[in-house]
Amino acid sequence: MIKFRLEERAKSPYWLIILSPFIAILVAIILAGILIVLAGANPFESYYQLIIGAFGSKNSFAETLARATPIILTGLAASIAFRAKFWNIGAEGQLYFGALATTLFGTGLVVLPSILMIPFLFIMGALAGGLLLLPLVLLKLYYKVDEVVTTLLLNFVVVLLVSYLLEGPWKDPMSLGWPQGKSVIDEGVLPQILSKTRLHLGFIISIFFAFSVWFILSKTVIGYRIKSVGLNAAAASHAGVPIFKTVLIVALLSGGMAGMAGVTETAGLKGYLTLDLSPGFGYAGIAVAMLANLNPIGVIFSGVFLASIYVGADAMSRAMNVPTYLADVIVALTVLCILLSLVFVHYKILFFGVKKND
Amino acid sequence: MIEFIEIIFTAGFWAATIRIACPLILATIGEVLCERAGVLNLGIEGIMSIGAMVGWMTVFLGADLYTGILAALIIGGLFGLLHAIFTVYLGASQHVTGIGITMLASSLGFFCFKLILPASTTPPKIKPFQPIDIPFLSELPFLGPAFFQHTPFTYLAILVVIFAFWLMNSTPLGLSIKMAGENPMALEAQGIDVFLVRTIAVVLGSALMAVGGAYLTLSAFDAFYFGMINGRGWIAIALVIFASWKPERALLGALLFAGLDAYQVRAQQLAGAVIPYQFFLMLPFLLSIVAMVIAAKRTRYPKALLIPFRRGERH
Repeated sequence: MIKFRLEERAKSPYWLIILSPFIAILVAIILAGILIVLAGANPFESYYQLIIGAFGSKNSFAETLARATPIILTGLAASIAFRAKFWNIGAEGQLYFGALATTLFGTGLVVLPSILMIPFLFIMGALAGGLLLLPLVLLKLYYKVDEVVTTLLLNFVVVLLVSYLLEGPWKDPMSLGWPQGKSVIDEGVLPQILSKTRLHLGFIISIFFAFSVWFILSKTVIGYRIKSVGLNAAAASHAGVPIFKTVLIVALLSGGMAGMAGVTETAGLKGYLTLDLSPGFGYAGIAVAMLANLNPIGVIFSGVFLASIYVGADAMSRAMNVPTYLADVIVALTVLCILLSLVFVHYKILFFGVKKND
Repeated sequence: MIEFIEIIFTAGFWAATIRIACPLILATIGEVLCERAGVLNLGIEGIMSIGAMVGWMTVFLGADLYTGILAALIIGGLFGLLHAIFTVYLGASQHVTGIGITMLASSLGFFCFKLILPASTTPPKIKPFQPIDIPFLSELPFLGPAFFQHTPFTYLAILVVIFAFWLMNSTPLGLSIKMAGENPMALEAQGIDVFLVRTIAVVLGSALMAVGGAYLTLSAFDAFYFGMINGRGWIAIALVIFASWKPERALLGALLFAGLDAYQVRAQQLAGAVIPYQFFLMLPFLLSIVAMVIAAKRTRYPKALLIPFRRGERH
């Protein structure tokens, strides 16, 4: 039997660190290509259609960036949390909570001039996202209740709450039976930034937050504490890092980012809340964060990449008759390939030969 | 008010409890196997989903129902193997690998479903397992219709649970699995391959999860549709914690949980439109969180859970 052992590299070569996400994407795309062949289509032509669908025209390029907007924000949510090894898998629910806050405050309850209204909605969305995570992080800190499971379970509760509100008290009477919320008032709507497309101010705002998060994580004491808690909580605590406070801040920042993704979708793309507001943007954020190696600036690029897969796959599906679920397969394969590449970046694999008497 | 109490004295309530408990029991026992060996398997939701799809599709394409179960078992085992290669042999993050496996298994299942049945607006149906009457016992009043008129898959699931108890508590493999999750160094010192033991546990556990998914499409319902697992995998993970990683408590937990679920469906019909249905649907998820909080005080994780074992390294 072939035996092998992983040996930690003292220093990972730079070329490997930089190349690894690209190699991972390439491998994922090749593996998904096998599925395209199984679907009876030409993989090269299919990927060509996918790229055209995502970047081929002004309109499709704008659509890709619009789709990237919430994914960048949920990607930031995952990056912050995973850095501290706080496993917030609840971005989906936090996104919807942000969307609920946008509907609550943005449909007439508060009327401010645009310049104040838009920041106000983002603050409310962030608070709502953070607030949803607050009881769960307190349960973790006080009673050691595992946050992976509680955040996952709460996603389902929130979606049901949204369903109740949209079919009941918050239903827009003008919507002709379709369950959707009231429209966000004009002052709160995120303005279009490219004429005749769906690209809105939210994209710029998400990039702004990517840089803000980068600044917090790499230039402030809080960022340093977050990193140290993630690397070794016991050692960090011993060195005087306040674990309780740090994890609390991580949770509020992370939930806040995901909550703002709900704002960009409700006040930007659609203009009102629907039950299918997010086709899994919360979960996509995990893939985005992993692909960016939890780097907030990297999240911008990996967010646009993932968005291009989703947008392009729709066009490819129509042209080549390959099910759109291929996009989800590519994203999933990317996550696994990234994990694989991280192993190779940090470890050397040493084989110690074939032993017959083992 | 008396109607709300009468619910639990109907045979239908107990029969429904068993039906709802079955996939949960299979998945929870599967997760117990993985976690006792030291590997968290967050792939559970996706593995249940692809198990449900593959089991159903096998039967839809002409095979018999038992072959459907076998197909689910195999696909679950394969995804378990993938999870084990990543987390056991390569020591990758168990959290992220599990999420990745869930994403891959469910999207691959949906992709294949759409590929084989491109234009199905209403999900096609198969003839699922039919209830069989256990001779004599099924004729008992109350007990008969409650416990002895289930489908063969249900009885098979109970056999699987008994097998899992036996495996965990009375075999050298079971002991090795528990040791791999508590003290892998000691297991290695015995000359037993920790990697192999963990891999066997994850493959077996994942196979059980997939069979739990297949129960939904082959016995509880007759069709596959997207999102049909609907968080059952995550609930199973909460149940594992609630059960303190013990298979027998997992069985009890799943039954208790299923009983509450069966009860709420009936209470919902009685309550009519007074309370919106969404609040009833939230109950399983909220209950799972409550169960975890209750269990938190006495929770004792397997010591080596989440810690990758590396040969020749000390922890």
